Amino acid sequence: MKIVVLVKPVPDTYGDRVLSLETGLADRAASETVLDEITERALEAVIRHAEESAKSGAGEVEVVAMTMAPADSQSTLRKALAMGAASAVHIADERLAGADLVRTAEVLAAALRRAGADLIVAGNGSTDGSGGVMPSMLAELLELPAATRLETIEITADAVRGTRETDGGTMTVTAALPAVVSVTERMPDPRFPALKGIMGAKKKPLEVVALDDLSAELEGLGVALDETASARSIMVAATQRPAREAGEIITDDGTAGERIAAFLADRRLA
Amino acid sequence: MAIDLSTYSLTDDELTLSEGVRDFAERVVAPVSYEADRTKTLPMDVVAQMGEMGLFGIPFPEEYGGQGGDYFALCLAIEALARVDQSIAITLEAGVSLGAMPIFNFGSDEQKAELLPALLAGEALAGFGLTEPEAGSDAGATRTTARLEGDEWVINGSKQFITNSGTPITKFITVTAVTGETDGRKEISTIYVPNGTPGFTVEPAYDKVGWHASDTHPLTFSDVRVPAANLVGQRGRGFANFLHILDEGRIAIAALSTGAAEGCLEEAVDYAHKRKVFGEPLASRQNVQFVLARMQTRVHNARLAWHHAARLRDAGKPFKTEAALAKLTASDAAMDNARDATQIFGGNGFMNEYSVARHYRDSKILEIGEGTSEVQLLVIARALGVA
Repeated sequence: MKIVVLVKPVPDTYGDRVLSLETGLADRAASETVLDEITERALEAVIRHAEESAKSGAGEVEVVAMTMAPADSQSTLRKALAMGAASAVHIADERLAGADLVRTAEVLAAALRRAGADLIVAGNGSTDGSGGVMPSMLAELLELPAATRLETIEITADAVRGTRETDGGTMTVTAALPAVVSVTERMPDPRFPALKGIMGAKKKPLEVVALDDLSAELEGLGVALDETASARSIMVAATQRPAREAGEIITDDGTAGERIAAFLADRRLA
Repeated sequence: MAIDLSTYSLTDDELTLSEGVRDFAERVVAPVSYEADRTKTLPMDVVAQMGEMGLFGIPFPEEYGGQGGDYFALCLAIEALARVDQSIAITLEAGVSLGAMPIFNFGSDEQKAELLPALLAGEALAGFGLTEPEAGSDAGATRTTARLEGDEWVINGSKQFITNSGTPITKFITVTAVTGETDGRKEISTIYVPNGTPGFTVEPAYDKVGWHASDTHPLTFSDVRVPAANLVGQRGRGFANFLHILDEGRIAIAALSTGAAEGCLEEAVDYAHKRKVFGEPLASRQNVQFVLARMQTRVHNARLAWHHAARLRDAGKPFKTEAALAKLTASDAAMDNARDATQIFGGNGFMNEYSVARHYRDSKILEIGEGTSEVQLLVIARALGVA
């Protein structure tokens, strides 16, 4: 079985994230690039499944980490390999800078077709773009079932099963393979790569794929290669979020309760 | 000893390991450090996670479940942990240098196959029983005896300050004992004793000044019988064996000290920015700036010193003097930085909830353990031919 986990290099969530007002894109140079945590968790869940499967003799599970990202973000894929993915696919092409969600989905779908996967696992939303629609778009393009926002996953030889929390309760969903699933941050904590994994990561295959390498698959999806070079939704303007204003400190002189109530009422918070 | 440092840097793998362990220290260790110190308890779940991360197997080959790295990489991990928590760092240092390394270096193939996998996976710990009430750095003064009776060693004596000897996962202690006399000189050998062997008692833990979460006990041996096959290495080679282990351990303690010195520096810089005195941040005062600059200088020197000693060791070159030099430099750096950091913190520096206060208590042992500063000076003076 081959499972492709879609991972994403993002600006470090624990650092300051900066929006370039000129391009409307995240300023990748302004902070360290790390693997998006939710994709790390997705990877952890899948690697655990592969390890258990190998241990119990249930068959070999090949874990592939895939991303579409700028050429200089390769260290994040090395981390995925150090954690335990068997190989990695890096779709890197300058023509994809600023690609919108639809374009990204088309290119990823083409690469997934090329890789061939029994199961595709993604996070349910990244910490930078937070589009949250990629898994569904990929399922649509690849004509596969989609089971999204799963909080648990259970993978068997021919199906994937999981649970999804809703306001009213918990749903158990299942899909026959091949399928696309997205998972939430309820997946297990990602492991810290061991030295053996770090040293071994350099010897594992990391394939760099350009748009031209995907021309046949893009054509199969009905997308012309030259179309991929232009974004269809473009940023018109971007503004910095205004700095937070200083709060108001209410010192209790006996009337604090009333003043807090008035403060909340003024702002329609009570 | 001319060294070319013009192109000196860490490899990508070393950087990744170091950053990974720093990340682990901040996310997993730091949140439990205060409580572990306060309750004087080694957090076993943290140890288990260190095991899963492969830290205890770093400098060992894969055939025993090791990570295939070197001593330098181990020291990077120790340094990264010590920045946040010296007790956790010494648990790793002792687990590897004193627990597994004697078996790996001097044990038989059978002993390695039997004992190493669990130690390297962090599922078991072992201690090294060298120090005695009257034999510290003067290890030749060992009084513990082991006499061969049939196919058993019968061990009598006591050991003190033995790290990792009483944890829930401690499996054995490798002890040095007098096994005879040749030409009026004591013949010292090393023998491993499984925990739980009748007559072997792990006494209650010490009430230490620092390293509260590190597990340290006195041990007593009263007619303890173990198979003759528990001899580690050649009979009579115990003295040479532990000198080798001590030299290596000094590099690891130097790395640990460097981490501690850096932890103090980072906390002090952060605090100096935040804390305002008479309306200005502490960091705006030149006196404070100069103290911080001096702290940074100490960290840098300590790091270069242990890097050099560890690189020599891994290259198979003599490193005894460099290890002593590194240990002296780095332990001074840790103690000096801990004192400066607590001073910058003012009253808060005397409160245990601040990690600089813990570093202040923890760092004193760095000038004592694995050979006191005076012993390091002696080693260096000998290399100069003046002692």
